[in-house]
Amino acid sequence: MATQATKRETPHPIGDSVPRVDAREKVTGSALFADDFQFGPGLLYARVKRSPHPHALIKRIDTSKARLLPGVKAVVTGADYPGMIGLYLTDRYIFCRDRVRYVGDPVAGVAAISEDIAEKAIDLIEVEYEPLPGVFDPEIGARPEAPLLHPDLGKYEVANFIFPKPGTNISNHFRIRKGDVEAAWPQCDVVIERTYRIPHVQHVPIEPHVATAKAEENGKVTLWGSSQSPFAQRNLIAKALGMSQSDVQVVAPYVGGGFGCKAGVSMEALAVTIAMKVRGRPVKLRLTREEEFHTAFVRQGLVSHFKMGCTKEGRLLAMEVRFYWDGGAYTEYGVNITRASGYSSTGPYEVPNVKTDSYCVYTNHPVGGPMRGFGMPEMHSGLEQCIDELALAINMDPVQFRKINCVKTGSTLVTGMKMHPTGLSECLVKAAEAIAWGRKDPPSAPNKRRGKGIALMWKAPAMPPNAGSSAKVALNEDGTVTVSVGGQEIGQGSFTIAAQMAAGSLGVPVEWVRVATPVNTDYSPYEWQTVASRLTWSMGNAVAAAGRDARKQILEMVAKAWSENPEDLDIIDGKVISYKSEESISLKNIVIYGIPLPNDQGWVGGPVLGRGNFMPTYVTGLDAETGQGPRAVVHYTTGAQAVEVEVDMDTGKVEILRGVAAFDVGKAINPDMVKAQMEGGFVQGLSTALFEGLQLKEGVLQNSSFVDYRIATSTDVPQSIQAIIVEVPQDDGPWGARGIGEHAMVPTIPAVANAIYDAIGVRVGAPPYTSEKVYLAMEEAGLV
Amino acid sequence: MSLHRIALTVNGEYEQVDVPSQMTLMQMLRDKLAFTGTKNGCNAGECGACTVLLNGEPVNSCMVLAVECGGAEILTVEGLARDGVLDPVQQAIIDHGGVQCGFCTPGILISSRALLDRQPDPSEDEIRQALVGNLCRCTGYLRIVDAVKDAASRQRAMAG
Repeated sequence: MATQATKRETPHPIGDSVPRVDAREKVTGSALFADDFQFGPGLLYARVKRSPHPHALIKRIDTSKARLLPGVKAVVTGADYPGMIGLYLTDRYIFCRDRVRYVGDPVAGVAAISEDIAEKAIDLIEVEYEPLPGVFDPEIGARPEAPLLHPDLGKYEVANFIFPKPGTNISNHFRIRKGDVEAAWPQCDVVIERTYRIPHVQHVPIEPHVATAKAEENGKVTLWGSSQSPFAQRNLIAKALGMSQSDVQVVAPYVGGGFGCKAGVSMEALAVTIAMKVRGRPVKLRLTREEEFHTAFVRQGLVSHFKMGCTKEGRLLAMEVRFYWDGGAYTEYGVNITRASGYSSTGPYEVPNVKTDSYCVYTNHPVGGPMRGFGMPEMHSGLEQCIDELALAINMDPVQFRKINCVKTGSTLVTGMKMHPTGLSECLVKAAEAIAWGRKDPPSAPNKRRGKGIALMWKAPAMPPNAGSSAKVALNEDGTVTVSVGGQEIGQGSFTIAAQMAAGSLGVPVEWVRVATPVNTDYSPYEWQTVASRLTWSMGNAVAAAGRDARKQILEMVAKAWSENPEDLDIIDGKVISYKSEESISLKNIVIYGIPLPNDQGWVGGPVLGRGNFMPTYVTGLDAETGQGPRAVVHYTTGAQAVEVEVDMDTGKVEILRGVAAFDVGKAINPDMVKAQMEGGFVQGLSTALFEGLQLKEGVLQNSSFVDYRIATSTDVPQSIQAIIVEVPQDDGPWGARGIGEHAMVPTIPAVANAIYDAIGVRVGAPPYTSEKVYLAMEEAGLV
Repeated sequence: MSLHRIALTVNGEYEQVDVPSQMTLMQMLRDKLAFTGTKNGCNAGECGACTVLLNGEPVNSCMVLAVECGGAEILTVEGLARDGVLDPVQQAIIDHGGVQCGFCTPGILISSRALLDRQPDPSEDEIRQALVGNLCRCTGYLRIVDAVKDAASRQRAMAG
């Protein structure tokens, strides 16, 4: 049969670059974002009173004047809500009660009939503080004599894989003790030690945080928000307020950029608790861009110390690593970033002797959260420069050095885990080829110097070992399919992937599939969170299982009606066909009404509803002393980036001429969208390499606007970014797929730093590599 | 708070709105007329997500007072498609994969439309310059620039 001849190992549309399912809505302005919901004239507006001090005790809060302002409907302080909240470590109150720990810490909230009145009321709230000495450097903060930010650290509820040190500012200490580094150093021909710093950066979604909450008389709460984590928000907010999860409903429409800052709970609990004081009325809290810079999660700062040694033949023998993460005032995710960077601390290299200490440290800085890459861009930034320096120290080409040492299928990893099949070496070779590694082209002008740089990366989904996904696939009268997921569309294309996987697992054209939106925790199936680049993989496994479940129901129904064997039937292009009898029947109607049996003998079937779930069950714990265990993570996505830069010797300006990205995604479900992730991630990485850094002076942010905090614009990006897809299938991924969203920006900073070094022979220090910084570094080196 | 009654044209349709003196064009479009395709990204004229055409010129609508718009003609993203047929810029940005989260997309589309209205055959440099005030955090811009280039040639083909 013709259908058999076209049968592929992966069914259509898996591996096809189908257009995004959300594109038309988004170009016509009809796509709904959280601020677009219309709540009618009953809507109230919230504003938040925030701490001007990085660290202080709250001595007194007087809200009486604010309460008397006409139009004010509610005033809330920490006294109203004693419950604590936190994802891995419950270390914060929703509104501060006794102490503030960063500039912007919420101390009171107001709901009023307009944003203006709410703002005026905020100004009328009087707060008396007793300022305390602060901690503004993680390495200093980790010392025993540092001012203590969380005296109650020992009393906080904590996940069993996080190890806080009560009596210090260390919220987690993760260790690796593998082999014997002390015995290894004498065997090394070269040993180098380096320190690198990475500043805080902001996620800068173009859509600021917004949340509207409404508390009903019956005690149920609904939250409409821009959210990567509707289910985690439901869970954490319910727990903090002593409610049932089923009484908190989170409605989550399209997210206008997340990159991690809309994961977990940040400002959403503020909106909910304010709304609980004005039952029956929706209350909207919208962060201004300035508040966004001050109070949304930031990417943590990092101080990293590396000691690496190798033989003169280029074999890496030992690594000693210390990470001091600038976790900020509270740690929604920081403690797990600390862990993830610890169990990945060698980077994608096989190193027999490793000693790692990764510390998450409370500081009086903005709250550290997850950002695209979850610690990996920060960690690789130093690591991949150090690898280059080590290679050059033994006069070896950095690509050759990486070829020798990078992890390969079966390598023993830093945790003792065996590496699954990986295409990292292929990524390295292809990226080097594409950038014409080894060829030095002349600069475009006599006052410029040109250089090339390369960097590798790896990253595993960092999450609790048992983070789960679920999905539903329902069929409609006309044969179309509605797939429901709890994973979010944050721009990465997850809804398109869900549609493709439902279509592929079921056997219908992708145009027949609709994705149920918006995600609503009352109706959508559970998803842990839209983080960790885990949706294509984890949610994808659930969608594929739901599609297969629906398919099985259909085939069994038709087999019964035709008195055939389900194994002889298939669903191709929305029709059930029999390879045996060559009968065929459209899905139309039968998927709801069933099929009549011959001779009025009754009916078979019924409304088809496929269900699927997925939870990794095979991740094991790690020894608390050594960080060793059989399977630390589900898997690693690996890849490489290469760049060519030009440095202007007169101004210090660094221009990225072109970029190459090669990643092993296992199987590209939608190759064009995979490439779009690689390009967009490259530019976000470029932006952090050249422009971005929060300027914090004694805890006070100096650059809280787009004028003072610059991100890459259309004129800053190179002429071309070549995206190369490598596909070595992943055994636990749907059709072999792994994640790619975050990975795309992990190696960019060190690739740029290595290229700058190649161009001018200078290591500039901490990013961003602004013209000023590069020029001063050249001046110091005597180049200009 | 005094209200001012203004009449204007939005996407070719007559509208009449009572607006407070300090209300911006962006707020009026979003909160009074429910043209929520125009996005609020910074409320400070820095991100371009709220770009609309005011009498044919691209403006950050958060930087324009609504009361100034009496008698004006406004084009928002909702007005780009005609009778269900997408503007060439809208179609090209889909075809080139230039949409991810979609929050900057309305402003990008309006700025691109303004460019193509004044320069039907823009160079790559001109396109990049025209979009420099529209921040995008997802795509890395290259696909958007390609889309505008392609839309220009489609538009010229249609006109020719």
